[in-house]
Order: sequence, then C-alpha cells, then structure tokens
Amino acid sequence: MNMPDTKRDGRLVEDGRVLDVSTLPTFAFGHRSPMWWGTMGLMLIEGTVFALAIMAYFYLRSHATAWPMSRFPPELIWGTINTAVMLASAIPNEFARRAAERLDLQKVRLWMVVCLLFSIVFLGVRVLEFTTLNTRWDSNAYGSAVWMLMGLHTTHLVTDAYDSAVLTTLMFTGPLEGKRYVDVSENAAYWYFVVLSWLPIYAVVYWGARF
Amino acid sequence: MRDVSHLMKPMQDALRPAGVQADHIGSLWNLTLGLCTLVFILVLAACLVALWRAPRADAGSAPDLSSLAGPERRTWRVIKWATGAATVGLLVLLVGDVLTSRALARLPLQDAVNIELVGHQWWWEARYRDADPSREFSTANELHIPVGRPVIVTLRSGDVIHSLWIPNLQGKKDLIPGRTATLRLRADRAGTYRGQCAEFCGLEHAMMALLVEAEPNERYEAWAAQQRQPAAAPGDPVAQRGHDVFLARSCVMCHTIAGTSAGAKLGPDLTHLASRRTIASGMFPNNRGHLAGWIADPQSLKPGVNMPANALAPDDLQALLAYLETLK
Amino acid sequence: MTVRGDTDQRARGTWPDPTGPGLPPGAAQALERTWSDPPGIVGWFSAVNHKTIAKRFMVTTFIFFLLGGLLAVAIRLQLAQPNGKVLSADLYNQVFTMHGSTMMFLFAVPVMQAVAMYLVPLMIGARSVAFPRMNAFAYWIFTMGGIMLYVAFFLDIGPDAGWFAYVPLSGPQYSPGKRVDFWAQMITFTELAALMEAIVLITTILKMRAPGMTLNRMPLFVWTMLVTSFMVLFAMPAVMLASTALITDRLVGTHFYNPGEGGDALLWQHLFWFFGHPEVYLIFIPPLGFMSSIIATFSRRPVVGYPAMVLALIATAFLAFGLWVHHMFATNLPELGKTFFTAASLMIAIPTAVQIFCWIATLWTGRINLKTPLLFVLAFFAILLLGGLTGLMLASVSLDYQLHDTFFVVAHLHYVLLGGAVFPLFGAFYYWFPKFTGRMLSERLGRWNFWLFFIGFNVAFFPMHILGLQGMTRRIYTYPEEMGWGNLNLLSTIGAVGIALSVLLFVVNVLRSRRHGELASSDPWGAGTLEWSVASPPPMGNFPLVPVVHGRYPLWQQPVAPYHVTGLTNEYREVLVTSVADAKLDHRLWLPSSTPWPFVAAVATTILFIGSIFTPWAIVWASVPVAVAATVWFWPGRAITRRRVETEVQP
Repeated sequence: MNMPDTKRDGRLVEDGRVLDVSTLPTFAFGHRSPMWWGTMGLMLIEGTVFALAIMAYFYLRSHATAWPMSRFPPELIWGTINTAVMLASAIPNEFARRAAERLDLQKVRLWMVVCLLFSIVFLGVRVLEFTTLNTRWDSNAYGSAVWMLMGLHTTHLVTDAYDSAVLTTLMFTGPLEGKRYVDVSENAAYWYFVVLSWLPIYAVVYWGARF
Repeated sequence: MRDVSHLMKPMQDALRPAGVQADHIGSLWNLTLGLCTLVFILVLAACLVALWRAPRADAGSAPDLSSLAGPERRTWRVIKWATGAATVGLLVLLVGDVLTSRALARLPLQDAVNIELVGHQWWWEARYRDADPSREFSTANELHIPVGRPVIVTLRSGDVIHSLWIPNLQGKKDLIPGRTATLRLRADRAGTYRGQCAEFCGLEHAMMALLVEAEPNERYEAWAAQQRQPAAAPGDPVAQRGHDVFLARSCVMCHTIAGTSAGAKLGPDLTHLASRRTIASGMFPNNRGHLAGWIADPQSLKPGVNMPANALAPDDLQALLAYLETLK
Repeated sequence: MTVRGDTDQRARGTWPDPTGPGLPPGAAQALERTWSDPPGIVGWFSAVNHKTIAKRFMVTTFIFFLLGGLLAVAIRLQLAQPNGKVLSADLYNQVFTMHGSTMMFLFAVPVMQAVAMYLVPLMIGARSVAFPRMNAFAYWIFTMGGIMLYVAFFLDIGPDAGWFAYVPLSGPQYSPGKRVDFWAQMITFTELAALMEAIVLITTILKMRAPGMTLNRMPLFVWTMLVTSFMVLFAMPAVMLASTALITDRLVGTHFYNPGEGGDALLWQHLFWFFGHPEVYLIFIPPLGFMSSIIATFSRRPVVGYPAMVLALIATAFLAFGLWVHHMFATNLPELGKTFFTAASLMIAIPTAVQIFCWIATLWTGRINLKTPLLFVLAFFAILLLGGLTGLMLASVSLDYQLHDTFFVVAHLHYVLLGGAVFPLFGAFYYWFPKFTGRMLSERLGRWNFWLFFIGFNVAFFPMHILGLQGMTRRIYTYPEEMGWGNLNLLSTIGAVGIALSVLLFVVNVLRSRRHGELASSDPWGAGTLEWSVASPPPMGNFPLVPVVHGRYPLWQQPVAPYHVTGLTNEYREVLVTSVADAKLDHRLWLPSSTPWPFVAAVATTILFIGSIFTPWAIVWASVPVAVAATVWFWPGRAITRRRVETEVQP
C-alpha cells in the first residue's frame, strides 16, 4: 500500500478538513529553498551588470580607430594563472557543497578552509593582474572599460571571499542548525557564479584587444 | 541697423509647414491624428456605453461566477476582432512612417547650399561652405537660405549636446560632440522662421534661438556676396574711434571682424553684425539700446553667458556702437 | 452555486472552515505577540514585519510625491507668463531636475513596490515576505538616499542637469562641483533598494503561496508584481552601470563619455534608456494589477480572460526591453535601425489593447458598483488611452523629429504616467485603505477628489500638446512674449493648481478618515481575493488560519476541503514554503523577528555611498563598518538556534 509521504504532503486531519504541516522539514536545499531564489536573483542582477559592461567595451571598440587605445593589451600571464586558480577552486567548492547537502560537518569545515586558501591566492594574483594591465583607468576610454570590468569582478571576488570566511568561521564556532548547511550550499552556488562570470570577462579583457 | 519692419514676424510652428520636409511630416501627422482620434472615440465610447447599460450593484450583490465554468465565446470573438483591428491600425501607422522616412531621405540635393553649424553654449556658429574656398564665409545665429534650393546642414558641437529645430521647415537633429550629423531641408515659401535649441544644454538653454531667413535666390545670393566681403573700413571719425575701442579692449579675445586684426573664434563672428535682426542668439532685437546693454553687461540679459561685462566710458560705448552699425 | 464568503466567519477568524471549531484559545493572541513589532524607539528601528515596513514605505513615497508636486507647481508658476521672474534660470534647472528625479526615482517605482509589499503576502495567503530583514534594509536605504538628495537641494547643491543627466553636460567639464554626483549616488541608493525589493517579491511570490494557489490561481496583481520584479532585475543594472561610469568620469578621470579620449556621449544614452524605457513599464505594470483587482470587485465578476491578461503582461515586459532607442531618434543613429524601434514601439500597444478590451468586456458584462476606487480606475480609459495614442505618434521616427523634446512629450508622458499609474494608484488607495487602517475613506470627499483631479489634470496637460506643436521646447525656464505661448501656459498653470487642490483634498480625506472614518469590516467591498478574508487591519501574523486555496476568487467560490492549514507554530515566526508552479507543500521556515541590524547596516552603507561622492578611498574604509554590520546581521543567535535544532525535521 502506498503510504502518503507526510514529509512532502502533510497529513489530512479532522476528516480531511484540515491539512497538518507539522511533519514537514524545517529546511531544504536547492531550488526548494527561498535562499536559492535570492541567490539566483543576485546572479541575474550581477550577470546583467557584467553583460552590459562587456557590451560597453565592444561598443566603445566599434567607435575606435585603434584598439587598444593604449599601446599594449594586458599581459597574459597573471590573468591566465588566476583563471586556472579560480577554475581549480571549483573543486573544493563542489566538495563543500556536497558535504553540506549530506550534513557532514567535518567535510564542510575542511573544504571551506581549502576554498579560503584558494581565495587568498586568487586575491593576491588579482593584485598582480592590476599591475600588468598596461593601461590606467584614466588613460582613455579603453583603459576605463578594462578597469571597470576588472573592478566589478574584483568586487565580487572580495565580497565572496569575505562571505565565505564568515561562513567558514561560523561552521567552526557555531551555533549551527540545518539552515546553515543550506547557507553553505548557496554560498557554493554563488562561488560558481563568481568563477564562471570571470571567464567571459577574462576573454574580453585579455584577448579582446588581441583580435 | 537694418530696417526689418517690412519683414514677416518669425514663425516657429510645426503645424505651418513652409518646406517640403515639414510638409511630409505634416501629412503623416494628419493621417495619424485622424486615426488616433477615431480609436480614442471608439474605445472611450465602448467604455461609457458599458458603464451606462450595465445594471447597478453594491458590495452585497452576489458575484457572477459563470465565467469560471466555461469560456465566454461571444466576448472572446469581439475581443479578437478588436485586437485584429488594432493591429491593422498599427500597421497602417508603420507603413505611413516608413513611407515618410523614405520621402524625407529623397530630397533632391542638386545645387544645394552647404552650411556647417557648430553648437556652443548658447549660440550657433555657422560657416557657409563652397567648392571654392574663397567663397566661404562665417556668421552666427542667423541663416539666410534660398527658397526652392536644398540646404544641407552639417551639425557638430563644440561642447555639450544641442539640437537644431526649425519646425516650419524640418524635424530636429541633435548636435553631439564627437559626432557629425546632417540635416537636409528646403524652404518652399519665403519668410522668417525661428528655430530653437531643443536639447537641454545648460543654464541658458532657453535662450538659444536662431533665425532662418528664406528668400528668393537673387536676394540670397546678394546677401551671401555681401557676407563674403570683409568689413569696410570705418568712414567717419566716430566709427573710427569705435573701431579702435574694439581692437584695444577684450572684444578681440573672442570675436572676429574680417578685414581687421581681430580673428578669435570663441564667440560669434561680428563681421556683418549689423545685417542681423537679433542679438544674443535670437533673443533680443539688434538695436542700439539692446546692443548697448548687452555689451555693457550681458549677464543682466542672459545670466551665465560666457561673455564678460565691459565697463566702457559712455563716449567709447557710443563710438563702438556707431562702428558696429557700419558692419552691414 | 456562487457563495460569498461568510463575513461573520471572517470576523470570528474561523473562515474558511464552515463547520470547524476555528482557532484554539490563546492562539490568536500568541500569533499577534509573535509577529508584532517591539515597542519603544529601538523597537521602531528594529521592526521587520512586512506591513509595518510597507506602511512606512507608502508614507515616505507619498511624501516624495507631495514634494515633487510642489516642485511642479513652482515650474508652472514660472511658466505661467512669458519672461517669468518667479525662478531664476539656475533655480529652475534645479527644480525641474528635482521634479523629474523625485517622481521617477523616489515615487513612481517605489510606491508600487511598497503597496505590493503590504498586499502580496495577504493575497497569496502568507504570513510574511521571504526576506523580512532585507525588506527593511531596502526601505532604509531608499529613504536615506532620498533624504540625501533633498538635503543637497536645500543646500543649493542640488542636481541641475535634468533627471536623465545627459553627458557631456553632466560630465566633469560642464557640471563642475558635486551636484550631479548627488544625483548619480541617489540612483545607487534607490536602485539598490528597488533590486532588493524585487528579489523579495519574486521569492515571496514563487515560494510562499498558500497551498493550492497554483500560478493559474494567483491574483492578477500578484502576476503584475512578479513580472515587474523580473524586469527590475534586468533594467536597474543598466542605470547603475551608467551612473557608476558617470561618477568615475567625474571623480577619478575615466573617459567613458569623453569623446576626446575615445568615449562616446551616446553610450550614456544607450545605457540610460535601456533602463529608462523598461522603467516606465515598471511604473505602468503594477497599476494594471490594481485595475484588474478593482474592476473585478466593482463589476461583481472575475476579469475576462485571465490567461490572456497574464500573457499580455509577459509580452509587455519582454517588448519593453526592445524600445529604448525611441528616446534617441533625434541622434545620428542609422535610419534603418530606428525604424525597427518604431515597429517595436507600435507593437507593444497590442498587449495593452488586449487588456483594455478585456476590462471593458468585464464592465460590459458585469453589474457596476460605482464607488470612488472604480472612478479612479475609469479615468485610465480616458487618460491613459489618450497618452498611449500620443505615444504611437511619438513612436514614428518622422513625427518624433518634430515632436521630440517639445511640450508634446511632456503632455504625453504625464498622460501615460498619471492616467496609467497615478489614477489607478489613487483608486488602489481608496480601495485598500480600509484594509490598511480599518476605516473607510469618505466617499463624498473621494468624489470631489476625483473630479477635481480629473478636470485639473486635463486642463493642465492637454494644452501642452498644442504648445509642443506650436514650437515650445522642453526644459526652458522662460519664453518670449511674441511666441504667443502665454495663454495656454497660463491655462496649464491653472489646471496644475487644480491638481494640487485635489491632492490636498486627498490628504484631508486620509487624515480625517484615520480618526473618524466609518469602521471597516474585513470585506467592505464584497471582494473575492484572500486579503479580504482577514480583519481590517489584519492581525500582525496576517492569517490566524492559513487557507488552502482552490480557486482564483476564494471568497467568492464555495470553500472546499481541506479548508486550512494546521501545525504551524504561533510561538515563532514560522511560515510555509511551497512549490513554485503548483504551491504544493514543501517545508517550513522560521523567519527572523525584529532586529535593528538592517537599519544599522543601512546607515553604514549610506556613509559608504555618500563618502564615495567625495573620495574613492571611501569605498575602502567605509566598507569596514558595512562588513561588520552585515556580519552581525547574519550571525545567528544561540538561543534561537537551540530551539531550531530541538524542533528540526530534516529534508
């Protein structure tokens, strides 16, 4: 006989007049969670900002006689290294996310600390990137567009690193409950966004002036 | 000063087209106005009839939920027909717009007059171009154009975005720094048409007008020939003194008078100032009283304008005015 | 069989269960206690109940509406006669900039979000919005940004480059000083608030609907807020990017808009209008929801064509993003491209036409209760209709060449904004005032309010069509006498005074009715949607019994078992989370209760934003208090976590 899943469907009580929801879970992962929707909303917003900034770059380029307007395009080395570091950080990020969805505290702690170490590296390399862009924000419109793209993404790197640091600390100090694992899972999703949104920006900043 | 009383009062009115381009737009306006008025009356009537014929009710009346049971076919048929009619109306407007755009782009351009206009805060710099560079000349704030001949106006800006609009002759076009735009028009009726800057350009945007004098070709050519001449040397001693005042004071820092050593281009070209009907970019009549006030303290007439006040001794001012009156 | 909800039951709090025992004793008081705001000054800053925040938000946006209206009266007094001397050129330019900026950024969009913030949870059977603290933060950020702008204005450093701030006029060379920077940063404040409110609304609407309220059964107003909120997510970033680039051009020497160094003046226009056109639909679409709510109730029948209405909203939202170049027809963009935007601008009339036809059909086949809310809604059919038709005129590139930047456009925009948004908004105030306050607004004063507004509006704005055609350009502080524009301008000013008087009447009506208005039952209008099933004003927890929904008009339709939900605690702010499409049960959540940290974080953010007007380094040092505030906001409390763990049910 098929028993109704009271965790999903509640229970009909009082001769079917009333729906009892007291057996429902008190937290949930992924798109079931309002926090997921909030994070997705943020990604749509920030994604739109990035897309518009990239369009502005190409718009300015379409009106330019020479591109880059400064003499040289950005050096490839630090940007490419950082791309690799960020992509690699997806691994501990994914492990952290899976551990959170299994409610495995030890693994969550471990992988979040690893992510933090990655963030220290990519923030450091980002500083080096800024020193080898071969243009200043106030040199010309090309330089302004490059610095805007880099600045927007760096803001996300910094805030994501900070969020993650706070959450990691919380996972060690407590107080903890089920919803905190949802926070870890959503933080991982946002981390993916910050890494993946870097790819088109990297392509535009580092390669956009070489073709 | 030139006696202008016999000329017609300047017009600035999109509903009185005096040239082919404004005519094209005027025709589209008539079609669109007619169609939109019809739609307005029909829809408003439908709403009013609905209100008039529906029975009255109050908050306690039971609501009618029959529409939740099944589709309301008759209502839907009407809505579909109405939507279809609306779509057809929109297509008519689209076709009208496309045809008008094409007509505007097909102005014949043979024997055109070429004028280069540069917008400044808050005046219009004009240079009449010619294949023969010796026939080019500069002026400001007042254009003369021949009736029946096309005019190609090239539009650039020296500072912020402005917009040239002479409603009796053509639609408007923006003057955008870093870009060059073109406006093509033709006057088909003689008259004086007033234009105005139509893009907010700062403090005195409201006071950036220009006059366009459309006249028969012979009179236009006579005017242009006169404009090409450098300023005549002053005849009488008072005017000579005025000429000296002009060259000794700060006037030469901004203004050109061809035929003298004054060649700066920050302000309007004054070589033929006396041939213009207005001063301060179309805002005040060009007569002694206004010109005196303008020279002495432009800020009192048009606050924020880039021209400084000039404290002149009364004799010097009168002499200067006498000299400026010779610049026909 | 059609059955009106039992008003007795609603008054007793036992609706919708016709035979059930209702609430256990003490439950209503516990619910009230749990969801109430704390007392005292600190309590006032700590409130996060969505109705409290929404009421503050509505009052604040209405104050900005009044300020913007006073600025409009100043404009009209100056323009009433040729060579007016009421305002100097400089002051006039500040006044019209402040009028436009106030109405567009500080009133028109936020007021819609504010009304939605109050009504949406009540319409969907929820006890709260999804992110109550972020909701409160958004309100504080919005208010602080508006105050900053007005402080600048009163200190004579208000912006004066127009509400649209075209470059290069608004750039560092031609607008020195900080005026335009205050404007640009006001954008940052208000757009951040609007974006957060959009996220709150989307999440609330998709995840917190009462069980059984499938998307297909959601009130049309909730649909409009869902659609509008998605539009906000895609439109606001454009103006935020544009204004950020303007700030950097002005503050640290970037060259986005400087043609001398490879920038482009039109880049600003593209970015601004890519936001600016959808912005007017952000203003227009929520009132379409007011229209549907009010027309249904006062025609005593459901709105005709629910699926068509929903599709029309979605189509309008998509199309709205494809029109922006119609604000740039006078520039030297390629002609063929412009014609595409004419076609799109004409096409967007079709979904709106469908909605208008459906409403007229509803009125035609209904039974009319002609009260003040319906009067304001009916004004739409005259005023918005006329504005929409002049919009079709402006959509044509050729016609726009004559009409652009003239008073014809001023007429058009006010016909669509007031006819399409403000009149329905006033209708909404008259309609939902009983729900917000427990008292009815005076019907007599309402009629006077309406007719004075309607007549005053048309007297004020219709002449402007003619003035524009007769050559009167926009944004001019005066005009010469010989232009012949004096009489129509005087007439327009008289109309504006009429509008001001009508708004004064409205304020009087509100103030008097708060004290002496007729007491309202839970459902004074005999309406069909869930917000009318609870007391007026609602209990702090919205629904003593969270309903299970079986139709689009639950109060009009026969209740069906199961009638309501049980098992949610009244001791904590517990809410029900359901699935996106079909609102099937999913899980329960405890939402945060009152906390001052959203306010504190907003203060810290304000310092960051205002500081960065003066120095880029503010971004570095001022982000520290913001980070601290955000961290404390987030950090969970030990006691509450312990309770949560004790009652935890894993997924």
